[in-house]
Amino acid sequence: MGRIYGKSSTDFAVDAVRLAIADAGLEKSDIDGLLINAGITGFSGQGVSLQLQNALGMGNLRLLNHMNAAGSTAAQMVQYATMAIDAGMAKHVVCVFADAPLQQGGSSAAAYGNAGRRAGPTGILGLSAGAGHFGANTSYALAARRHMSLYGTTQDQLGAIAVAERSWATMNPHAKMRDPLTLEEYHASRWIVEPLHLLDCCLVSNGAVAVIVSPPDQAKDMPQPPVYVHGMGQGHPGDSRHAGDSPETETGARLAAETVFGMAGVGPEDIDVCELYDCYTYTVLVTLEDYGFCKKGEGGAFVEDGKLGPGGSLPTNTGGGQLSAYYMWGMTPLSEAIIQGRGQGGERQVEKNDLILSTGNGGALSYHASLILSPHAN
Amino acid sequence: MADSPPVKPVSQPDELTEPFFAAGKEGRLLLATCDMCGEMRLPTSPTCPTCLAEGISWKEVSGRGTVYTFGIMHQRYHPAWEPDLPYNIAVVELDEGPRMPANIIGVPNDEIVVGMPVEVVWEHEGEAPVPRFRPVA
Repeated sequence: MGRIYGKSSTDFAVDAVRLAIADAGLEKSDIDGLLINAGITGFSGQGVSLQLQNALGMGNLRLLNHMNAAGSTAAQMVQYATMAIDAGMAKHVVCVFADAPLQQGGSSAAAYGNAGRRAGPTGILGLSAGAGHFGANTSYALAARRHMSLYGTTQDQLGAIAVAERSWATMNPHAKMRDPLTLEEYHASRWIVEPLHLLDCCLVSNGAVAVIVSPPDQAKDMPQPPVYVHGMGQGHPGDSRHAGDSPETETGARLAAETVFGMAGVGPEDIDVCELYDCYTYTVLVTLEDYGFCKKGEGGAFVEDGKLGPGGSLPTNTGGGQLSAYYMWGMTPLSEAIIQGRGQGGERQVEKNDLILSTGNGGALSYHASLILSPHAN
Repeated sequence: MADSPPVKPVSQPDELTEPFFAAGKEGRLLLATCDMCGEMRLPTSPTCPTCLAEGISWKEVSGRGTVYTFGIMHQRYHPAWEPDLPYNIAVVELDEGPRMPANIIGVPNDEIVVGMPVEVVWEHEGEAPVPRFRPVA
């Protein structure tokens, strides 16, 4: 994962699936389900497709789909795999994300800008582009500004999230950004769209991640310590673009929280580790609020004391997240949740990992899905 | 032939929004009103998202609203916008309820605040009308 060139997203996907099957102690012939999520390259038709099945030579699939609810897809793939296994439709389901937007010599902005470029703007939706509103950076800047204005959230508080995540990344050999970061360096990073600095924004990476979902009675006899699904939830509030709704500051995480906590029979006070989708620092802040770790509007004060970082009371994004480690959409938080659940975090392994909240978010805070994972069977 | 200078992408009318842009050329702001439930909106589909009925009538509105949120763009995304950097991007909540993306004009970027009262000004990029907003004194 990272600035790796010369491979297509399908090549990356095949690599990840091969490694995951070996890691799980399975044979390719054991796999009877395949769920696929193409990243940004999926929007331009260049991404990994259903043809991945043939690249992998999987001829006996009982479950197959190409899914896209943006950054919430990774958690959703595990949810649908879990339900399919419970229903007896499949046994071992591979969930894979792959993307390759970066071109050699090109910037991250170019990668995303070009991948998302479409025909000329039309109609009401085209008014955004007509106002020079390009890309996700702008959407999240608008959301962060709204929160700052309503609740007094500060730039220092957003910066505290970037600093905490970087502290974790220094201990992650897979992380791209491993030099420690100070709040002063955060402030000195260039503006992208105010109020977002460069270091409020995630990386862009090429690569793939695959996760295998198996029946609990079989997983316990497989070579790796299993991580069990205790809760699943989704929330998709949409955007009415109308007075009365606040999709910028009250996200789909609120609906998902009800479902995921309800299914697991726990609350935010029981969660030991958070792996939260962090396309921007602000996403982490608003997600913590919407899961009830603090009250609405108090996310800034909540994160400011460093409790998300190493040694803090709520270890969050313990691999450095999308901000500092790697950007594999929802697979970034999910992969780190599984590493922590297995107890394989090495230097960054948290002491208490009984309940891990892993979230995915996509669009402009538009799509949300989450899992509660645990090393303990349900 | 020399390269022509880059042109800002400007939203073009589609079948649904032709009256909106035609009125914009005359400096007037229209909103669509659902013939069934009466909700006012900037339509992105022929169907009303509240009652799912089809059928709208266009009504002229004040063009007044408040800044709901805004950002200041520093990133070069489109060459035609490069001379404007850093420029503001706002979402204006119209008094009638719909929210509209637009630039704020007539005020320095560092004096824009959320909640600021504004009113529409139709400007033009080439032939195309573009709604922008300026502070109300």
